[in-house]
Amino acid sequence: MTRPTDIDKNVTSTSRRRFLIEGGALVGGAAVATGFVGSKASAAENAGNLPPNVPQWMKTPGDPLGSQPYGTPSTFEKNVVKNIPKDLKQYLSASGRTPLQDLDGIITPNGLFYERHHGGVPTIDPAQHRLMLHGLVDRPLIFTMDDIRRFPSESHIYFLECSGNPEYKKPYGKTASDLVGLVSCAEWTGVSLKLVLQEAGLQPGAKWVVAEGADSAAMTRSIPIEKCLDDAMLAYSQNGERLRPQQGYPLRLLVPGFEGNMNVKWLRRLHVAAEPAYSREETSKYTDPMPDGTAREFTFYMEAKSIITRPSGGQRLTAPGFHEISGIAWSGRGKVRRVDVSVDDGKSWQVAQLQEPVLTRALTRFRLPWHWDGKPAVIQSRAVDETGYVQPTLAELLAVRGDNYVYHNNAIWPWRIAEDGEVTNANA
Amino acid sequence: MPTPRLVPAAFAVAILLCATRAEAQSPYGIGRAATPAEIAGWNIDVGGDGSNLPPGSGTVSHGSEVFDQQCAACHGAKGEGGVGDRLVGGQGTLGTPKPVRTIGSYWPYAPTLFDYIRRAMPQNAPQSLSNDDVYALSAYILSLNGLLQANATLDAKSLAVIKMPNRNMFVGDPRPDVKNPECMTGC
Repeated sequence: MTRPTDIDKNVTSTSRRRFLIEGGALVGGAAVATGFVGSKASAAENAGNLPPNVPQWMKTPGDPLGSQPYGTPSTFEKNVVKNIPKDLKQYLSASGRTPLQDLDGIITPNGLFYERHHGGVPTIDPAQHRLMLHGLVDRPLIFTMDDIRRFPSESHIYFLECSGNPEYKKPYGKTASDLVGLVSCAEWTGVSLKLVLQEAGLQPGAKWVVAEGADSAAMTRSIPIEKCLDDAMLAYSQNGERLRPQQGYPLRLLVPGFEGNMNVKWLRRLHVAAEPAYSREETSKYTDPMPDGTAREFTFYMEAKSIITRPSGGQRLTAPGFHEISGIAWSGRGKVRRVDVSVDDGKSWQVAQLQEPVLTRALTRFRLPWHWDGKPAVIQSRAVDETGYVQPTLAELLAVRGDNYVYHNNAIWPWRIAEDGEVTNANA
Repeated sequence: MPTPRLVPAAFAVAILLCATRAEAQSPYGIGRAATPAEIAGWNIDVGGDGSNLPPGSGTVSHGSEVFDQQCAACHGAKGEGGVGDRLVGGQGTLGTPKPVRTIGSYWPYAPTLFDYIRRAMPQNAPQSLSNDDVYALSAYILSLNGLLQANATLDAKSLAVIKMPNRNMFVGDPRPDVKNPECMTGC
């Protein structure tokens, strides 16, 4: 679902006409053509299901209870899937994106949570999984998953975002998912890492905790002890159910607000140390090259960011009139304080409404009512977080960092709306 | 953790009753002691300073043979890259518009090479190579980058003292480094 034409081919002329007629009757001619419209195309051919007729699904019993032991989305939503690149050299160290433009609210469904793996997705029997805690501790310990679940538990809603989301160089993506689909948000349940560390007893000189995954990359990142004793947690559940394999089943580290790969999945080992490991992933990768040849290391925080998801690239406004602009904002440094939206190519900005609850280091949904006059327009959003930090433009970022910087791109991404309602990336 | 956690009274009594057991010093008494042998088997972390490098050694010439068998299919016959990362060259390019980041041009610590090869390579069979083979591969790749003589043998001591060219080019995180003036009207 990356091009307007991909959506349009699902929308028959009949259904488009019908939608426009109904939309005109209901909301004054305003509508955004998304997958929701296209998915109705087949049914739209059968006027027998429309008023004044009784639809066919009322004239026969539906599927019996138990036909889906684990529920899945409606077959009419089959196009709402992860955005998996089709042209990668390999798929073991790679990423797939959340279809942000097709989602509402702030919680990402587990099946659509973004993925980034460094050695594929391991299949781990939780009965044979162990967490080892050693190094500068009084009592090196080994925990089973049953052990981990005996600790006092807690739940928090946090976003996770891949460090490079997106890169600074062209070509830029067409949809919200292409651009920043490596961010998702969930309610995580687990145990405070501080409790687990206290169980082993930290020794003086403990400054870092090196976390290692049980995947084939044995993914390793070093976490500063201050974060480990603050809000870091070991999570075993996501949105109420056990972690998905792609998210680290049966156990993952969560360091809220820090770049995604530090949230080590399939966590099997915590090595308390005086120094960081200087692992491959925190030296040759996930460091930020500057134009002068230096590189920034240990750049943990994901800074404030936002994007309009509706209307956004790949969608189409089918008629002038009322449209709600809606999107998501987040900051690794805390709560979103404000989101500004511009509908005149950045000449002026209006304060958007934030959907409660606004949570620390969680996605925040913003909305702005808008009346599109049918003329070309450029719309964009700008997040401000509780530290007062303002999301920058791409030009402002490039002026400081240059385009060899790979990670931590939190630029404002404007969408261009053409006279025919087609929405495209204004930076592309 | 917003508030101190209280250990239930009955549990605290249980801790007192078991006070002679090492694990009873733990607030919750959850988990069991990890033995030195268990830790040794799992702790494959090699520090940037070479700490925890294992015994063993390998030559550049043996590394060349192992590379041909295990690495060249993805990284190219001479480490020029393919499905896998480019490993060789690029020194002097990092401050240019087209930087080439390789082990030789970018990596700050040589022991990290041993750490990463042992834990994650080859991608189809990680942790399958002997320590001697990993030393040999490290030696060969460093040699391809002009950082080791072609007749050299590498072990824990000699790997730890290799100074990588880009070692001093890493800086801390200065962010927030970009300021948006937060204009609201007439922008």
